[in-house]
Amino acid sequence: MIGIVEGSILALGAVGLTLVYGVLKFAHFAHGDSMMLSAYCAFLLLSGVVTGSRPGVDAEVLPITVSDLPAASSEIWKFSFGYGLLIAMALSALLTAGVLVLLDRLVYRRLRRRNSGIVIFSIASLGLAIAIRSLVLIVWGPTPRKYTTVVRQNIHLPFDTTILADQLFIIAAAITVTALAYVLLFRTKLGKAMRAMADNPELARISGIKTELVIVLTWALAGALVAVAGVLLALQAQLDPQLGFVLLLPLFAAAILGGVGNPQGAFFGGMIVGVVQSVVVTFDFLSPGYKFSVAFVILILILLIRPRGLFGAKL
Amino acid sequence: MSFLRPTLFRIPVKPASLVAPATVALVTALLILIPFERSNGDTSGVISFLVSFLTFVAIYAIFTLGLNVQWGYSGVFNFGVLGFFMLGAYTAAIVTKEPASGNFTDYIGGFGGDLDLLPWLSSDEWLPHLVGLAAAAGVAGLAALLLAVPTLRLRGDYLAIATIGVAEVLRRVVIEETWLVNGTRGLTGVPRPLGGLVDSSDYKYLLLAICGTFLVLIYLLIERAIRSPWGRVLMALREDEMATEASGKNVFAFKMQSFVMGAAIMGAGGAIYAYASSSLTPEVFTHFFATFLFWAMLILGGSGNNRGAIVGAYVLWGFWTITLQFQSYDLPDLVETRMPYVRELVLGTLIVAVLLVRPAGLLPQRRQVSVWVERQLKRRPPSPSGSSGADVELSSR
Repeated sequence: MIGIVEGSILALGAVGLTLVYGVLKFAHFAHGDSMMLSAYCAFLLLSGVVTGSRPGVDAEVLPITVSDLPAASSEIWKFSFGYGLLIAMALSALLTAGVLVLLDRLVYRRLRRRNSGIVIFSIASLGLAIAIRSLVLIVWGPTPRKYTTVVRQNIHLPFDTTILADQLFIIAAAITVTALAYVLLFRTKLGKAMRAMADNPELARISGIKTELVIVLTWALAGALVAVAGVLLALQAQLDPQLGFVLLLPLFAAAILGGVGNPQGAFFGGMIVGVVQSVVVTFDFLSPGYKFSVAFVILILILLIRPRGLFGAKL
Repeated sequence: MSFLRPTLFRIPVKPASLVAPATVALVTALLILIPFERSNGDTSGVISFLVSFLTFVAIYAIFTLGLNVQWGYSGVFNFGVLGFFMLGAYTAAIVTKEPASGNFTDYIGGFGGDLDLLPWLSSDEWLPHLVGLAAAAGVAGLAALLLAVPTLRLRGDYLAIATIGVAEVLRRVVIEETWLVNGTRGLTGVPRPLGGLVDSSDYKYLLLAICGTFLVLIYLLIERAIRSPWGRVLMALREDEMATEASGKNVFAFKMQSFVMGAAIMGAGGAIYAYASSSLTPEVFTHFFATFLFWAMLILGGSGNNRGAIVGAYVLWGFWTITLQFQSYDLPDLVETRMPYVRELVLGTLIVAVLLVRPAGLLPQRRQVSVWVERQLKRRPPSPSGSSGADVELSSR
């Protein structure tokens, strides 16, 4: 199971990234930090906690939280969380989708109207990444947090392997959400419109596709994917504001490995990057500090050998 | 010059505006008034504060100029200034320091003592530093070359991602490989250039002079290069890569040269940073400080304008320093503990706001013509009717 858990989180993130890359044609550098933001939003919805006036002293700000629902935090099966987390995740998905759509209206749409080059979009997204990260730091402080402190339970699988119950949930959730995104992209009219936009925006527009609407829905979908990935990441590791930017490396490595704009490719790319990262670190080829450097090596290799990605670029 | 259509930067056709002078004046006023008030009118304290402030402005302006060569003039996209910064700083440090000794220090190199080749000119005070500077620029340039080979032919944003990668890997290497440059304990006591020649209390003025000199030299170098035929090709390929290629220019080679040149300048900046701060620890080298800050400086100052790059460094570092001064006032806990993050928030939103509201920055790019044409123009001033001179008039945009 080494790396599959991390791989499925990266896969989810990379699917969202590749979607934005495909439809809007620019590298969205705020993706990792959006993941952290959504994870923290879920945290806020669950606990209502933000950092108080002094660091290290927390304050509750929400009058009512998801955990106040009856039995919301009593553990389901062997998981370390109750159904409250799922509700928080769904609400956070809505919130994140809203935030990304709002940022598109405020920033990216203006740049689009001005026909700015794609690099200007990327720089703007970098600025937003900094802003999002500092916002998280202002509201929740620099110390890492966790959703629950409950002891996590192992479950035994065939072939003498064990896995945390939570990790099983992460893998299942990642696969389910990716499958939903797949259905949306390849079995609905909206998905067809998105793919048409990715293929040729001009042609899509003159064929009567409402391109601005498609862009909004793309951001919304990307936001939902980002939120699920962020919550799962926080469940696997912890909530850490510094993590967002560093995550960009494996995310981009996964998206480029799978072929930019190719959601299935991004999914498998994420799995591959996750597994390789974990194998290298677990079997002591490199010290754990180098985990994200592995993604960089993968990225350079794929750019050298096959810049189109393993599965070719398409959406 | 009709192919220089401003597509990337959209240079507005406006007369010189007052925004830039007003911003600079505001920052300068705050930089003088706040320390003056804090120190209860102690002029010498204010002066030494300003001297150290200007020293660091000069150093950061070197990075901003290097970034301007890459992004401002050629449209090459480098999000990994941190990587070249670190390479330069650590290379210069291990060249100039004495070999490692003692229990808690471990690093490679240490050639400081071997480089006193011209003892009668007291060369131990400057020769190691010059060698270190050259080595720093060389190593950073070489790293840029190696990185550019796989990525520069591809889309611009792939290079950006790859440069983030290099920066992150180098940061990890410095932290993990303790034998290399002493890991998280860092390198201290980097010898200061000409340090033995003046009294230590006056050294700050000398340091400012040294940093300022290098800034001016690098500025002149870039200005000269950009007005050469080489520089015109760079600007052409920034505006329209395909048209440049169609005119028979090897786009890859030109991009490569500007990327390597920019990286070498950043390496040199790293070396000067190492000499000026005299100690290096990995905690300083964050993506935020060593990459984003320089991007914000360049975008605020004006991409494609070297003076803009310097003004951007001045204004933004001024803002930074002023907010640091605020921190020493008696602020409510709620504000005080969050000041560093509020600063970052301002910086991030500033990048976005400049892109949206004033994409050309404080000092918009000027129309630049070749040195040759400028010389001709000086020799034969254009007639007032202006049929021949109108085409090459400077700063008319």
